[in-house]
Amino acid sequence: MNLDYLDFEQPIAELEEKIEELRNIVDDSEINLNDEISRLQEKSLALTESIFSSLTPWQISQLSRHPLRPYTLNYIENIFTDFCELHGDRHFSDDPAIVGGIARLNDQPVMIIGQQKGRDTKEKIRRNFGMPKPEGYRKALRLMQMAEKFHLPLITFIDTPGAYPGIDAEERGQSEAIARNLFEMSSLKTPIICVIIGEGGSGGALAIGVGDKTIMLEYSTYSVISPEGCASILWKDAEKASLAAEALGITSDRLHELKLIDEIVKEPLGGAHRNMEDISVKLKDSLSNSLTELTQIDSGQLIEKRYQRMMQYGEYKDEA
Amino acid sequence: MAISWFEKLVPSRIRTDGVSKRNVPEGLWQKCPKCNAILYKAELERNLDVCFKCDHHLRISARRRLEIFLDEGTREEVAENIEAVDSLKFKDSKKYKDRLVIAQKNTGEKDSFVVMKGQIEGVPVVAAAFEFKFMGGSMGAVMGEKFIRAANICLAEEIPLIVFSASGGARMQEALFSLMQMAKTSAVLKKMSDKGIPYVSVLTDPTMGGVSASFAMLGDICVGEPKALIGFAGPRVIEQTVREKLPKGFQRSEFLLDHGALDMILDRREMKAKMVSVLKMLLNKTP
Repeated sequence: MNLDYLDFEQPIAELEEKIEELRNIVDDSEINLNDEISRLQEKSLALTESIFSSLTPWQISQLSRHPLRPYTLNYIENIFTDFCELHGDRHFSDDPAIVGGIARLNDQPVMIIGQQKGRDTKEKIRRNFGMPKPEGYRKALRLMQMAEKFHLPLITFIDTPGAYPGIDAEERGQSEAIARNLFEMSSLKTPIICVIIGEGGSGGALAIGVGDKTIMLEYSTYSVISPEGCASILWKDAEKASLAAEALGITSDRLHELKLIDEIVKEPLGGAHRNMEDISVKLKDSLSNSLTELTQIDSGQLIEKRYQRMMQYGEYKDEA
Repeated sequence: MAISWFEKLVPSRIRTDGVSKRNVPEGLWQKCPKCNAILYKAELERNLDVCFKCDHHLRISARRRLEIFLDEGTREEVAENIEAVDSLKFKDSKKYKDRLVIAQKNTGEKDSFVVMKGQIEGVPVVAAAFEFKFMGGSMGAVMGEKFIRAANICLAEEIPLIVFSASGGARMQEALFSLMQMAKTSAVLKKMSDKGIPYVSVLTDPTMGGVSASFAMLGDICVGEPKALIGFAGPRVIEQTVREKLPKGFQRSEFLLDHGALDMILDRREMKAKMVSVLKMLLNKTP
């Protein structure tokens, strides 16, 4: 099994392997296999298109956590210039699960905050699998307030399984740290654009996710609880994760229908990790447009609009 | 469910069920879930549902909470007709719609949150409380909207808001809509804060997840009831993640007070008097 491909992508992996083998033969000998190779490439493309045209929410959930999926620092490198990372919450420590700093988008200086996962085992552990602790959220808050002070628009990248459920995190007030960010972001006097690039895991995601515009990459997810967590509570069986993923409506298209997010950025065929350049160009376009739009609104109006946006979340009936 | 030796001794007509239903005549006796003492119900009620043997604070209903807290004759319910809409048609092992009907039948409430306008010793306030028996006091769109209505009265009339939390967190059956209630409730509290209107959060057993990680931790004053379980992640989830035994008293009010997350712990029987005294000072009123 090829670990660069998910379960449901294995038929594509097999074809790609065959193509690779043929290429090696061509390199080693004089035989012309170009026709055969391009035939297989077409087949692989058609197969990928067919698999990706009807993904289930559970498959999308797996894609959002794909080991090769681009992370916050990849997008920072590909979309922005002059990035200067800023560290620490000034109270306790620096949380590597959240990165932040100033950079330029085109020429406009902006503040960036995002959750960061690790690529190899060592970095995964250092980044705590992208699960921030209170000091991470407090670093984020410090940078948000700096953004407000220097009139820098704020762009956040969301990619976390959730806030860290650990003893130390509870001791240092995980709940308060998340709550404080929701409170302050609701009226931060600068435009806020939130992009969900991978996993939007519950309160841990929302803690840097309150803003004027929410963008989702096509194969990212946003949910109140992970499909596995929901399945083990409501179905008493974590194996029912695919049912839970369906019921929770965690995908970009569903959340756009429900008006819980504003925009979807289409991913390249096979997902963002198959063409980093393509997804970066598209996301940069989308961010630039949003920024132009939001920087034109005066800050009082912007905050009032943000407030009204939050007030309309959730349906209910009122008989009175 | 196992029947304790005591319940076997009591004639069946005064036997109480674990889950007491409304309109069913309840027993004269209740067992303290903490020390197992058998308590005479009328006396327990006079003691505000605090065990007079071990001081354990029993969980109480939203209505009872507000009855205890607000002055008699001043209570006026707010937004009592708001009801849930199953916009996602959510279905797990049961339909969300059916879960709502069952919870409504069992509790007599339309949802998990009750809001009342009233007075405490003559000071006008809005107070709200969770009905934990309604789907674990879970936070959905109804709860969020009622919170907004409560806060809006406070904003308009410049009177304090007091919220008693008892909740397992966000209501999964409302998926992302429930998560957004965290942002919604926190936003209105920012408005109140900017206008200098006091908000007191009382965290009672249990206050977890999205409720704790939003309005419950945003009080100008945060109060815990003794021994209440309060935290972001549930103790079982933490145990599975860190694979070690949790320290004694972990995530209890006393633990949070020690770690600087609460201003104080108040015994239920002293809650009202202390609250009045503090609010009067915040409002610059004469004692």
